[in-house]
Amino acid sequence: MAKSSRKVPGLNASSMADVSFLLLTFFLLVSNMDVDSGLARRLPPPPQTEDLSSVDVQRRNLFVVLVNSQNETMAANQHATEWYANEAELRGEAGGKMSLKDKVKEFVLNPSNSADLPELEEQDFGEPIGFVPVTAAHVISIQNDATTSYKAYIAVQNEVVKAYNELRNEGAKKYFNSSYGELTEDQQKQIQNLYPQRISEAEPKNYGGGE
Amino acid sequence: MPEMNTASMPDIVFAILFFFMVTTTMRSETLMVKVHIPTASEVQKLEKKSLVTYINIGAPMDARLGTGTQMQLNDRFAQVSEIQDYIAQEKASMSEADQPLMTVSIKADEDTRMQYITDVKQALRQAYALKISYSARKAEI
Repeated sequence: MAKSSRKVPGLNASSMADVSFLLLTFFLLVSNMDVDSGLARRLPPPPQTEDLSSVDVQRRNLFVVLVNSQNETMAANQHATEWYANEAELRGEAGGKMSLKDKVKEFVLNPSNSADLPELEEQDFGEPIGFVPVTAAHVISIQNDATTSYKAYIAVQNEVVKAYNELRNEGAKKYFNSSYGELTEDQQKQIQNLYPQRISEAEPKNYGGGE
Repeated sequence: MPEMNTASMPDIVFAILFFFMVTTTMRSETLMVKVHIPTASEVQKLEKKSLVTYINIGAPMDARLGTGTQMQLNDRFAQVSEIQDYIAQEKASMSEADQPLMTVSIKADEDTRMQYITDVKQALRQAYALKISYSARKAEI
């Protein structure tokens, strides 16, 4: 029998679509696309010895943000002390009070070179920023009481991060003429060096109010 | 009426199938605690899922277990003192290069008392899991 006369039966592939559809629906249902998001923080390494755990910070360089057990916020630096009773006041929506965000920005920038705000220090940040006076030693210390609610704490954290983000955006506008998100990685690094997030989450303290 | 040629349909379906097979992460634990995470406007996305370890904190779903704050690690309830072992175990399952990039995402209910969060944070510090993220939903405030 000649080889060419043999017929290879065609494989019926019409059910292939059905099978792969089944697999597809399985993976569609199983996969969860939602990406987790949150406020990123870096914790300090554990203290090696007791006496090393505290770092001396000059009073003018310190901005204490304290959230108490009633979820009220006190923001205090050497320049001024502000008291926020709720979240609306924190965001400056209640009127009359400067929002926490603006307080943080004023504190980090020290635009008037006030003696009550962190000291300015000239530093080189590379082209095109050059030598700029910055408050290199400032620290924002967020403290909380044992019975503070997590929600209030996150609201305060968010306001502080927002202040930094706005500063970085303003810096990007000023030096690179575009928004922070559109900069290249190196340029973002430069801006980050210009306005580093110096947030300290202090050891827990039990002030009045919490049991 | 001419028939539509559907011969390429399996190919297309396979392409989508492979996409989902690659992107899917199978490890989806069932939540045993009620977690209503707070909202914030300045959230950042956690990029690499394989580097993220989750800690869920909230009141138990099962009302018989009370309303006190509980912590869930993987698929079981745990005490704060067990965090160190948990982190060590998670770290060991990562490659050497990824270990310093490990991020711990704290998914805590917004009504949780800070005392609990602080205890967790101290435990994470002891375990040298220093990159953390307070899980929050994106919302324009």
